[in-house]
Amino acid sequence: MNKKWKLLAEIFFTFFKIGPVTFGGGYAMIPLIEKEVVTKKKWMQTNDITDVVALAGSAPGAMAINSATFVGYRIAGVSGAIAAMIGILLPTFLIVVGLSIFYLYFNDNPKIEAAFHGIGPAVVALICLAAYKLAPTAIIDKTTLVIASIAVLLLFFLHIHPVVMILGGIAAGICLVKIRTWLGYKTKLDGLKQKVG
Amino acid sequence: MMLLELFKTFFIIGFISFGGGYATIPIIEMEVTAHQWMTTEEFTDIIGIAGMSPGPIATNCAVFVGYQTAGFAGAVASTAGVILPSLIVILILAVFFYRANKNPIVQSAFYGLRPIIVSLIVYAAIKFAFSSGMVTTLSNESFSLLLIFIFSLLALTKFHLHPAVVIILSGLAGVALYT
Repeated sequence: MNKKWKLLAEIFFTFFKIGPVTFGGGYAMIPLIEKEVVTKKKWMQTNDITDVVALAGSAPGAMAINSATFVGYRIAGVSGAIAAMIGILLPTFLIVVGLSIFYLYFNDNPKIEAAFHGIGPAVVALICLAAYKLAPTAIIDKTTLVIASIAVLLLFFLHIHPVVMILGGIAAGICLVKIRTWLGYKTKLDGLKQKVG
Repeated sequence: MMLLELFKTFFIIGFISFGGGYATIPIIEMEVTAHQWMTTEEFTDIIGIAGMSPGPIATNCAVFVGYQTAGFAGAVASTAGVILPSLIVILILAVFFYRANKNPIVQSAFYGLRPIIVSLIVYAAIKFAFSSGMVTTLSNESFSLLLIFIFSLLALTKFHLHPAVVIILSGLAGVALYT
């Protein structure tokens, strides 16, 4: 029992250390996890990391949190998954709570208001960058381009709820690939070529 | 029951937050304004701060919305809500469908899902472009906001500046221009 708690504490602190560095999250933190988990602690092997990336990418939620959770599970089961998840989450949680308090006190200040007015367009730029980065792995042929364009129009003009759009996308993907297979066409399903490790 | 409502709302958001990052923004925005927890303008501020903080943007937004709505307990409720679906799905995948990503049905589902995620992000960009005041009739203000947008985009793509740095610089530009 004692040994188990020690391992859980070790998992927690390993991811606690990685947490604050996961700026922007995403795939950027995979090498960090690899360094801690494979090179330093020897909990996993390098080729296990490929599974981590694949699995973390197919679950909803942030890449960083998903990877940590899966690694924790592989090392110490469900309790390991929870320890890793809380570990990676806690530092950023506390930082954001701190910033919330700051915002609550100062958002009426005219200087802060002006700053946020200037930050608005920068946020739009950040969102554009996210779309630009994701597009090559998502829009890989004419069909996916048509799906994306129709989806933007539906969201913008008919205000369809994103949940409906996501479910619709899943259904469209499965149906389109099935229909094409019946017609004898082959669909290349993956534009993503990840390099890991 | 504010805490329960926060938890429930973010739990649903968590389940559909494929892609994690900015694709989740329009979903959160829709829910937050529908519950009248915040206005779109307030929510834009929050994305600015969430993008500046370390950690995933969707989780950061959850912490923020929770804290602004119901204090520390609210932050815990919304964060727990948004991450619990990840934990559940990861455990199910890890135990039962270890090779789920090799399954052709899962692959074709993602084939249709990925362009939707891009469209959600594009939609978020359009929406916040409007609420930021950058796309209105041409005035000194809308022109300067447009310039901040262009400079930010260049800084991010051409000069690979860190997002946090870009947000801080544009904040300083805001202080200089609009006070």
